[in-house]
Parts: sequence; structure tokens; C-alpha cells
Amino acid sequence: MPDGASALQLVLGGDPTLYSIVRLSLIVSLSAAALAAVIGMPLGAYLALVRFPGRAFIVVLLNACMGLPPVVVGLAVYLLLSRSGPLGFLGILFTPKAMILAQSLLVLPIIAALTRQTVEDLWIEYRDELTAMRVGALRRVVTLLWDARFSLVTTLLAGFGRAAAEVGTVMIVGGNIEGFTRTMTTTIALETSKGDLPLAVGLGLILISIIVAVNALAWGARRLGEIRAG
Amino acid sequence: MRAPSSDLPITLKDVSVVAGGASIVDRLTFEIAPGAPTILIGPNGAGKTTLIRLAMGLVAPSSGRIDWAGSEAPRGERLAMVFQRPVMLRRSAGANVAYALRDRGLDRRRRSERVSDLLRRVGLAGFERHPARRLSGGEQQRLALARALARDPEILFLDEPTASLDPASTKAVEDIVGGIAKSGIKVVMATHDLGQARRLGGEIVFLVHGRVVERAPAERFFRSPDKPESASFLRGDLII
Repeated sequence: MPDGASALQLVLGGDPTLYSIVRLSLIVSLSAAALAAVIGMPLGAYLALVRFPGRAFIVVLLNACMGLPPVVVGLAVYLLLSRSGPLGFLGILFTPKAMILAQSLLVLPIIAALTRQTVEDLWIEYRDELTAMRVGALRRVVTLLWDARFSLVTTLLAGFGRAAAEVGTVMIVGGNIEGFTRTMTTTIALETSKGDLPLAVGLGLILISIIVAVNALAWGARRLGEIRAG
Repeated sequence: MRAPSSDLPITLKDVSVVAGGASIVDRLTFEIAPGAPTILIGPNGAGKTTLIRLAMGLVAPSSGRIDWAGSEAPRGERLAMVFQRPVMLRRSAGANVAYALRDRGLDRRRRSERVSDLLRRVGLAGFERHPARRLSGGEQQRLALARALARDPEILFLDEPTASLDPASTKAVEDIVGGIAKSGIKVVMATHDLGQARRLGGEIVFLVHGRVVERAPAERFFRSPDKPESASFLRGDLII
């Protein structure tokens, strides 16, 4: 396994190129998951609590969007941000900002749809109690999101996992520019096609380790929280 | 600090509730006014819970009219309710009570003091930081009473609050409810337990098939009920 040994050397040797790629990947994926959570969680809670004409259609659409093809999202964001596009004036195409935006759009339906389901289930349990306490609409949303926090950690993880493992979207809107928009997944794709397997394998190991570590941390935090909150 | 608005008396006029083709409450005329506790008794399906929900404004009547101190909608600030199986928020016992105090305009220190006072009142002193969902059934029911009292209610509805409790927990809840009634809060409680109705009742309202069969002071109702259905129910006969 000469490739495997070289990959471990790269990882353990603190290769600066490799770690700059890892850092950018984490910044992009975590920012995208956070941005999607800030929008998607209140949106999901709103859809869970409010009844209006066309709600069922939106819920079905949102659920369907969980399976959005990344390259299609990438293409849409590319068209939006390209010089002749409606958001071309922002000048952020082929920058990490464009990658965060694109990944947020990819992750948003996952977070919103899973939040809606979680909050709707909890609302069935809480409805009588909160209605009897005359809790207003905004406070209901905040209460349900807070009380569903342990389940929503899993939702966030699903969003982060989707963002971290994604390659098509960031390739299209980031351009895979060395030292600027190159992430772990785009590097793995590129280096594999070039036959430079040690770097690809090393990044693959790091990517898997990060996802396992984040999940383990979240699981631990969730268990601790559940024990404390009952 | 008592809010000035009041929802009493609550008046139901010719109120019916129909659900899934079945009549739950049938042309009920009823008034809830300040005074001694009102105890709703009757067999399963008599409409006790629905009557409480109507008076709380949680259920709309299919026909008829309800008014709260002359208004078509309850102000609700001083209506409180404890359910048969209260839902505890996923936080500490203290935070559950503090949640109900949020709109009371108290600063943090006074809110914390009020939480401790209320927990002490229901026999849960020192439980401030204890996870609410880890309390026993009886303790949760007492916490629900503290949470209801945090709303500074003028009327407290109780929907079979001791239905799934052991005798010791039932006594603890009854003692608290008795104290609440003595403090001037109007108590309206549904129960299956005739002994409990006798112990707590100022007046008894006996319901069957969504209609009031008899309404009388507790002492008189249990001694010599006016209606044959009431006497039959007190004997333990099945009311079909």
C-alpha cells in the first residue's frame, strides 16, 4: 500500500497545502450549514405551525428538494452570479462566498423539511398546553425549536454532512482554483483524475475523520443535554 | 400584581358540540361564576372535558354562544388549566414555572423568587434545577399546578388531575387544590372520583350525554339527589 503510506505521511506530516484545503472546506461547509439553519429552522417551524392555502404543495416541494442534484443547484447559482446574471453585480462567482451560497441552497431544504417534521410532531404534544397558556405565535416557534433542540442537532448534522460531502456544486461555482476555492472533495476528484492518489487518499481519510468526529461530538452533546434536561 | 381584566362570569347559552357526527355537548346552558369549587362529575363521554375546553376557549361550539364577562372571546390572561396528563417542557422544573411567568413583567430576581415560592407552595421546594420530565407523575401534576398558578389565575380548570395518581399523590394534589380554592381562585374540576368530589366540592354538576342532569351543593347532592339518574350514578349503576 505505497499510496496509503504516502497519504498517512501527508496527513501526519502537517502538509500546509493539505491543511489549507481542509480549512477552506470546513469554513465553507460549516458556514453553509449555519446559514441554511438560520433560515431553514424558522421556515420549517413556520410550516409546521401555520395553516394556509398551498401549504401542502410547499411541504411536498420542500421534501422533494431534499434530493436536489448538486450540479443543478451549482448551475442555477452559476447563472445567477455570472456577470450577465441578476446577481452578477456582486462579483462573487469563483469565490468561497459563492460556494457557501450554493451549498446553503443545497442544504436549506434538508434542514427546513426535517425541522418541519420534528416541530410538527412536537406541536401535537404541546398544542393543548401552549394554547391554554395563551402563548403567542412567535413564542411558540421559539419554544418548539428550543425543546426540539436535541432532535434538531441530528438535522444540522444531516445538513453539514450533505455540504461536506458535496462536490458538484462547489466545483461549478468555485472553479476549483488552487489555493483559493479548492476544497477536499474537489481536490480528491482532481487528484484522482491526475493519478496523484496519496493526496486524494489523505484528504479522503481526513474528510471521513471530520464527519465521524463531528457526529461523535454532536451525539455526546445530545446525550449530555438529554440527561440534564430530562 | 393582579391584572385588571376578568373573564368571569363565563356563560354558555344553548351550546352544542358535534364531532364526527356524534353529539358531545347537547344544548348546554351553564354559568361559571366566582365562588366555591365547581366539580363536574359524570360517566365517560358525559362531556366534562369538552365543557372545560369550551370554557377555556380551546374548543369552539358547533352552535350556541359562550361569553366571558360579556365578551365573545376570552381575554385569557387569568384563565389557567391543568390537564390529566400535563406536558412538561424539556427543561428544569424551575424553568417550566418561569416560562409561565415570562409575561408577568417581573425582573430576573423577582421571577426567580416567585418560582421558588410557587414550587414551595406545591411541595416541590428545592426542585428548581431538577429536569421536569424526570419527576414522578404526582410531582409533575404538582408542577403543572405551580405553572398554572404562575399565571395568577382568577379561575383554574382541572381536568381529572388525579386520574392516574396513587392515593398519596392524590391527597397532595387535593390539599393544594383546596388551598387554591380557599385563596379565592375559582376552581372548576372534572373528576371520576366521587369521594374526591365530596371532599372538594362546593357544588356538583352531574353531566350525562353532554347535558346537565343536576346541579346542586355537594352536601345536598350526595345526601339526597333530586334526579333518579343522579341517585343511580351515586349507587354505582352504569349510566348508558
